[in-house]
Amino acid sequence: MTPIRKLGGLALSLALLSTSALAGEIVLNSDQSDPAPKKAMEELIADFQEAHPDITVKWNNFDHEGYKSAIRNFLTANPPDVAAWYAGNRMKPFVDAGLFEDVSDVWEENGLNEELKSAAASMTIDGKKWGVPYTYYQWGIYYRKDIFEEQGIEPPKTWDELLAASAKLKEAGITPFTIGTKALWPTGGWFDYLNLRVNGYEFHMDLTSGKVPYTDPRVKAVFEKWAELVEPGYFIENHAAIDWQDAIPHLVQGKAAMYLMGNFAVATMKDGGLEEDQIGFLQFPQINPDIPMSEEAPTDTFHIPAGAKNKEDAKKFLAYLASPEAQTKMNKTLGQLPVNNKAEKPEDPFLEAGFEMLSEAHALAQFYDRDAAAEMAKAGMEGFQEFMVKPDKVDDILERLEKIRARVYK
Amino acid sequence: MTEAVYQKRVSRRPNRLKLAPWLFLAPGLLMFLIYVLVPIVESFWISFHDWDGLGAMSWIGMGNYIELLDDDTFYVSLWNNLLWLVLYLLSIPAGLAVALFLNQNVAGIRIYKSMFFFPFVISQVVVGLIFTWFYAPGFGPLSVFLEWLTGDEIAILADERYVTYGIILAGLWPQTAYCMILYLAGLNNINSEQVEAARMDGAKGFSMLWHVILPQLRPATFIALVVTVIGSLRSFDLVSIMTAGGPYGSSQVLSYFMYEQALSEYGYRMGYGAAIAVVLFLIMMVFITFFITRMLNQERNT
Repeated sequence: MTPIRKLGGLALSLALLSTSALAGEIVLNSDQSDPAPKKAMEELIADFQEAHPDITVKWNNFDHEGYKSAIRNFLTANPPDVAAWYAGNRMKPFVDAGLFEDVSDVWEENGLNEELKSAAASMTIDGKKWGVPYTYYQWGIYYRKDIFEEQGIEPPKTWDELLAASAKLKEAGITPFTIGTKALWPTGGWFDYLNLRVNGYEFHMDLTSGKVPYTDPRVKAVFEKWAELVEPGYFIENHAAIDWQDAIPHLVQGKAAMYLMGNFAVATMKDGGLEEDQIGFLQFPQINPDIPMSEEAPTDTFHIPAGAKNKEDAKKFLAYLASPEAQTKMNKTLGQLPVNNKAEKPEDPFLEAGFEMLSEAHALAQFYDRDAAAEMAKAGMEGFQEFMVKPDKVDDILERLEKIRARVYK
Repeated sequence: MTEAVYQKRVSRRPNRLKLAPWLFLAPGLLMFLIYVLVPIVESFWISFHDWDGLGAMSWIGMGNYIELLDDDTFYVSLWNNLLWLVLYLLSIPAGLAVALFLNQNVAGIRIYKSMFFFPFVISQVVVGLIFTWFYAPGFGPLSVFLEWLTGDEIAILADERYVTYGIILAGLWPQTAYCMILYLAGLNNINSEQVEAARMDGAKGFSMLWHVILPQLRPATFIALVVTVIGSLRSFDLVSIMTAGGPYGSSQVLSYFMYEQALSEYGYRMGYGAAIAVVLFLIMMVFITFFITRMLNQERNT
């Protein structure tokens, strides 16, 4: 390359990096680095530009992990007009620091309070809406249908049935549950579901927002239920050494029969060689019949930074993103569920099951590490992992978590 | 006329002698100031605050340090750092052994040498991944071997009793290669006359090594010691890649603990992270001071 052209290239890359928007242009930062989300995003932007020919979208796509630290820098230093993030307490630090724009008016003007009702609570802080959700997915127990049939087990609906099924599987030499806890967060799914079933959604929110001490007997009750699975060895061994993907071969090889996971795991199971009719989905069984069933449904969202230069067009983008058409198309590509209740239902059998389950849910939790403050989440999930290895240390663990809670939520 | 010019020159000379060294040092000093001294002072300053990196900093005095003293993870990290420090030193005798073994003239010795040096050339991240697979339960060679030996599957990286040793072993692999290279260079400079003389006096085997070879290798040993000690305190990459401090924080070391508190997704406690950094800095200072005084003493003596 000649020096001149080099210089030109440099200028071009600088121009690409710069986030200062021209009139009629919005800068969008997000982390859709995987193939399916990337494609969904490209389609969304193309469709939006067609619907609003006077606005162009300049999209900076970040690596998924790097984004989490990048957002802290660009929100203060060089804010884009739209940024991707997550619902619940995950967005709270940015809202508290005054870095996100209040978008209650977008909700008001477009009837989103009705259409996005299921996610309204998780987008609200101090009575205001701080972003627009566009996709979520369900969690639940994915199981090997064929193994259940072989062993003559009916999909369990209650805790006792689950214990009985687990005992039967264990006797047949099959570990009931597979899990990989190296990255910690899969333990959060277990804690959340047991907590949602033992104490309910309201308690989950109180606990994750720091209003209840971890030494509370109700928290202890969750671990007692958990111990009923840990102590008889119903989880695979050495789960602390593997990631969630590494836990799937146990399921594929028939060494384990069930996996509590998010719906994204189905694709990996199929890649691993399972046929669609070998995989079953069941809602996490009921423990206390007096507690209404709530579910986990982590929601992905878009926000307008407070320092955005073109807020007017950014709001148009959020309104478009919230529309049933946009959400239908996007989630078809993503293989996830649209948040807008006017959007078309997905055709995939697992998503259909999830859609039905979530539409009847009492409330939707975001997941332990999104509802709880980040520091608490880390310590909490480390404690859950330790519990799954050494269940008899539960009192030590809870005391340690309480110490951290007292500090984090002072 | 010429006299006057000469006078002027002479009078300017002492000035020039004073200025010139500083001018030459200036770029380096400036870099050192910006990238080393200022961040150190800043770390101390931040460590007295509660700060999430976004909002306002609030002064809490010794609060972070008091909390650190009450933090179990801090003691786990300290203990693991000590383990690292002691066990990492094994790379020095191991490197010496490999160097002595390779210090011969046979066909293709250069290839063997470069193969032994290979682990130091590849990235620590790759070393970490290789060892993670090596230990992996189910298909890792070591875990398969241990299962055959004991009938029990042992997941090194998931067991709080073995995890730190497992990571240190992975760290020893490249570090041994590094020490080996230092010693190979040292062995090239061995005075062959001294070796001959010693042989005449009947020294061989271990006594030859201990009394004749090793004293001549002292500079290499010193450098190996310095890089190994500092390297052990900086151990970060392997912990991050192999366990991320897990299971449940049992393989934490100070440097990773600092990163996790200050910069990871779950942390952003800049003040607390800075306090850990200060503690790590002070520990390192002990060793660095020791090394520097030794080096200065040696220079003075020669």
